Amino acid sequence: MKKDIILAGVGGQGILSIATVIGEAALEEGLYLKQAEVHGMSQRGGDVQSNLRLSSEPIMSDLIAKGGADLIVSLEPMEALRYVEYLKPDGWIVSSNVPFLNIPNYPELEAVIGRIQAHKNHVLLDVEALAKEAGAPVQAANMVLLGAAIPMLGIDHDKMVAGVKRVFARKGETVVNSNVAAVEAGYQKVIGNW
Amino acid sequence: MKHLLLGDEAIAQGAIDAGLSGVYAYPGTPSTEITEYIQGAESRKSKDRSSDSKPIQCRWATNEKTAMEAALGMSYMGKRALVCMKHVGMNVCADAFMNAAITGVNGGLIVVAADDPSMHSSQNEQDSRFYAKFAMIPCLEPSNQQEAYDMMGYGFELSERLKTPVLLRVTTRMAHSRAVVETTDTPREQNAMSMPEDVNHFILLPAYAKKNYAELVDLQPVFTAESEQSGYNTYVKGTKPEKAILTTGIAYNYLMENERGESKDKSRKSKESILKITQYPLPEALIEQMVADGLKELLVIEEGQPVVEEMICGMVPSSVLVKGRLTGDLPRMGELTPDSVRAALGMEALPTQEKEAIVVGRPPALCQGCGHRDMYAALNEVAREYPSPRIFGDIGCYTLGALSPFHAIHACVEMGASVTMAKGASDAGQHPAIAVIGDSTFTHSGMTGLLDCVNANANVVVLISDNLTTGMTGGQDSAGTGRLEQICTGIGVAPEHVRVVVPLPKNMEEIKQVLREEIDYPGTSVVIARRECIQTLKRHLKAAKGVESRK
Repeated sequence: MKKDIILAGVGGQGILSIATVIGEAALEEGLYLKQAEVHGMSQRGGDVQSNLRLSSEPIMSDLIAKGGADLIVSLEPMEALRYVEYLKPDGWIVSSNVPFLNIPNYPELEAVIGRIQAHKNHVLLDVEALAKEAGAPVQAANMVLLGAAIPMLGIDHDKMVAGVKRVFARKGETVVNSNVAAVEAGYQKVIGNW
Repeated sequence: MKHLLLGDEAIAQGAIDAGLSGVYAYPGTPSTEITEYIQGAESRKSKDRSSDSKPIQCRWATNEKTAMEAALGMSYMGKRALVCMKHVGMNVCADAFMNAAITGVNGGLIVVAADDPSMHSSQNEQDSRFYAKFAMIPCLEPSNQQEAYDMMGYGFELSERLKTPVLLRVTTRMAHSRAVVETTDTPREQNAMSMPEDVNHFILLPAYAKKNYAELVDLQPVFTAESEQSGYNTYVKGTKPEKAILTTGIAYNYLMENERGESKDKSRKSKESILKITQYPLPEALIEQMVADGLKELLVIEEGQPVVEEMICGMVPSSVLVKGRLTGDLPRMGELTPDSVRAALGMEALPTQEKEAIVVGRPPALCQGCGHRDMYAALNEVAREYPSPRIFGDIGCYTLGALSPFHAIHACVEMGASVTMAKGASDAGQHPAIAVIGDSTFTHSGMTGLLDCVNANANVVVLISDNLTTGMTGGQDSAGTGRLEQICTGIGVAPEHVRVVVPLPKNMEEIKQVLREEIDYPGTSVVIARRECIQTLKRHLKAAKGVESRK
């Protein structure tokens, strides 16, 4: 088993929590793991990404090579496109379709969405609306995205949900329950067509 | 026990498990998390009354020099100390660092330099390994998180055995990358206090220092022997040893990542010898072996500047072709990537998708609601009232004032330069000469510059943008919080020319008036624009809410 995943978004959106949950589930499955991220200046509303590598064999490089990623998981549509050079030709893009408009020259959203749809294997979701529907706060949008990525991740759904529960346990039952609901909402949206 | 740890956290846990008594550091990406981890561990320990282990000093230092000196003081007293900084921090502590190599140590002393090749969050790409060479001390450069953990115990033991500080060098891609690390179940106790055997060894009068330096020179072959025997440097002869690859630190991972795929990639046929370096000085014996095995061509893959690439040219016959960053086989600048290493190995790139032209840059920006924004808004409006103002910036979140929409600063060099460059410009005849500096940067290295201004009665305005934190690195304590006015008047700035304003839109006219008055005052002024960082404020409110709900 080998999965190379690029997590993308804008500083402050919560992509690292996604990585934490996947990491937790992967360790439970006895997989090797490396997860690289960039701190510091990028956090201030700049683009951020994390390289998350899972494998049943020991992993050498902390970084994913161009053309090596199985999956881009992005909380922001334009950010998903930033890393397509890293994506395998048949790799998946799983992305939110909600733009983060903190720059003056953000391209036309329709064009951005169009570019994602031009990729054979893609999932586009309004993660914020789905979070709301599931009765979760908008901050749980990252968990919706995680749920939508479960089929492509190759990690058992139940193990992922167990990972969510462990990671957020210290924040209390309400947070755990709404995060699990958000994961399910994302998962259900995608699993039907999988 | 197994833990998922960042490289930084592995270093921290390694130090704790090796009996650390004190960590001294100033925040700096990518080193900050080392100290934060130890602070977190100490905080949890203090809440656990069943714990009887001795506390570890872990308060943030005012700058890297005071950190290095305090660590040397702890080492002097026989206890193990750790100093942490980013690469440019080495420049700040260089005087203490270089001379600690001459005094030697008592308790083990490890200096961790976390370099930032590719300047993700820095002003330059300087390679801290040069400092170890310059100081003539051993350097450890772990290739992964497990080695980073293991090397802390080894490093402290080496430091105490050979009575030398040890530099441990990491880079962003390991410092900020998580992997599973196996930690010991039997951590070591802290050392007891003990005086140095030879007091004169720590007194660098020329008479004593000459003796010490001769000892250091004599230790060089001992350090080399250590590099050859520790097991941290390995040489594996290939099936075609005319070609060899030397890797340092994490470069090894990029080589092996591509090697692993060799069987699938028919464009790679030969099997080179591999010399894996994670300890310096370079292991001469292993290099000699590599040459003796028929070396004709050596590819040096290292993260940072071509340190080893240059050194090795003097250690192998001139008939050996050395390739690396200097020959264009690897990019001269920037961090290594699996892709650049793949190309250097002569392997074809993996098939990729086309870059998406529609994507635009998303540079970092000051948070919405940040006090620096209001400070710059006022400053820009006032500056426009003068024909040719110059505003000298400094290092912190507020450096982003150079970008849109502010374009407020005209220089930014290194910690504290704003104050003294403004003075220098004013000496040259420039008016207005304004310095913009953060509170943490000010206590780090702006205070001495302000003293220069006062003593010369320089016509400058020092604008301290005080958000009560060290912001860019994640909101650590700022050394002078609550005492900046006293510090400035204590240094000698006239009290009526130390002004305090609150950077909020509603105070715009007041702030502008204050700035005008102080610019027009032909002497040294300080204007403190004070409002808590909104990120730390959010955290404090959240924590307070947590306390409330638990009552």
